[in-house]
Amino acid sequence: MAHEIIERNHGLDDVVLIGLQTGGIPLAARLAEALAQIEGVEVPTGCVDVAFYRDDIGLRPVLPEAVTDIPGDLNGRTVVLVDDVLFTGRTIRAALDALIDHGRARQVQLAVMIDRGHRELPIRPDFVGKNLPTRRDEAVDVNDEGVDLGEMVK
Amino acid sequence: MSRTGSVSSRHGDLRNLLSIADLGPDVATGIGEVMTLTDSFVEVSERANPKVPALRGRTVVSLFFEDSTRTRLSFETAAKRLSADVMNFSVNTSSVKKGESLRDTIETIEAMGVDAIVVRHASAGAPRQIAQWATSAVINAGDGWHEHPTQALLDCYTIRQRLGDLAGRHIAIVGDIKHSRVARSNIAAFTALGAEVTVVAPPTLLPPSLEGWPVKVSHDLDAVLPTVDVCYLLRMQRERMSEALIPSLREYTSLFGLTESRAEKLAQHALIMHPGPMNRGVEIAAQVADHPNAVIIDQVRNGVAVRMAVLFLLLGSGTEWGGELDV
Repeated sequence: MAHEIIERNHGLDDVVLIGLQTGGIPLAARLAEALAQIEGVEVPTGCVDVAFYRDDIGLRPVLPEAVTDIPGDLNGRTVVLVDDVLFTGRTIRAALDALIDHGRARQVQLAVMIDRGHRELPIRPDFVGKNLPTRRDEAVDVNDEGVDLGEMVK
Repeated sequence: MSRTGSVSSRHGDLRNLLSIADLGPDVATGIGEVMTLTDSFVEVSERANPKVPALRGRTVVSLFFEDSTRTRLSFETAAKRLSADVMNFSVNTSSVKKGESLRDTIETIEAMGVDAIVVRHASAGAPRQIAQWATSAVINAGDGWHEHPTQALLDCYTIRQRLGDLAGRHIAIVGDIKHSRVARSNIAAFTALGAEVTVVAPPTLLPPSLEGWPVKVSHDLDAVLPTVDVCYLLRMQRERMSEALIPSLREYTSLFGLTESRAEKLAQHALIMHPGPMNRGVEIAAQVADHPNAVIIDQVRNGVAVRMAVLFLLLGSGTEWGGELDV
């Protein structure tokens, strides 16, 4: 995935990695490591919490997991959003709104470890670790050792 | 849009914020949750565009039966930074002047469709009474001598920001304890977080009985100052003093005012706090108010973020419906 990011952007000039709370953060850090190994460049890495931008505020408990930390001004930068699992796309929609409040990025790309389908919005990833067909009521958990797929317990 | 059901946040059922005790059976956890959420809103406040769409379409009305600038502005700023609409109600220009009852006023406001009512009232218990009538969330912005919970939350946040955990800290609250809702809320919050509180005042400015209050009492500010981590000064509330409780303001200043020479007795790290508005030259010397350890402006700045957290907890963090899990 790191190679793809370099290839797509013809290098890493102006690239910023932004991990989504919470699952995207360790992935963004690992991507930054990989990019540093390949290109020898330290890519600025930050994180964004989308709680205040969600479209389901008031419908379910929504609380931020951590404080947003954007490394500098995003004007004119290429932002790679990083998340663990892409599902309905609603979190990404909220993240796009959140990013715009921090400046006008030249472009925003999306890197996800798992794309499990069931999109509810016109959002598609630019870089995918693995496409994982799932049922709607299944739960996907990404951790250091790999990916767990389980039934959602109601 | 009016709310249905009660808000259930992680620490339990927070529907209104009328007193510090409302923050749950475990007050310390409740305060901790507000602090954590406040961290996020402090980040929002530091942005070039300090606004998030979290409470779009919600309406917050500020209902102030008593004069206030900072609390009112602070709540309004907080609501606007959350993208809520703000309605303003001030008694002087309202039909309360024409003899409308409190209940009718509340019912009228609610009929317009509001989600939260921020109340300040000269009578203790007025917000609780309003909460019984209202279906929207009620936030106490100060009721008589009773409580001022958001002030206590912002004070806890300010102390934590500068000194870290409050547990084991020694905090002196100095001045007119008897008439102070700030003191009552702060004593509840500080002690819940494990701090030790000493109230320092002349006997006439203490409540008739301090039984059951988890505080120590002192009448000697000079003896207490070297031992404290925070010196919290209260405003001399001349408007609430119907009787001659102190011989003169000058005498009060000479015994209980934080003068420059007294401020030197404080430990290096000790904070000087004041809920405002200050009477410079009475409870706090003009130069002391500008001391590097005086965090009075920080208190005001954090006040907006804390109130954003409170509004978001009450209006935005979920309903009893629970919703479906969404990744």
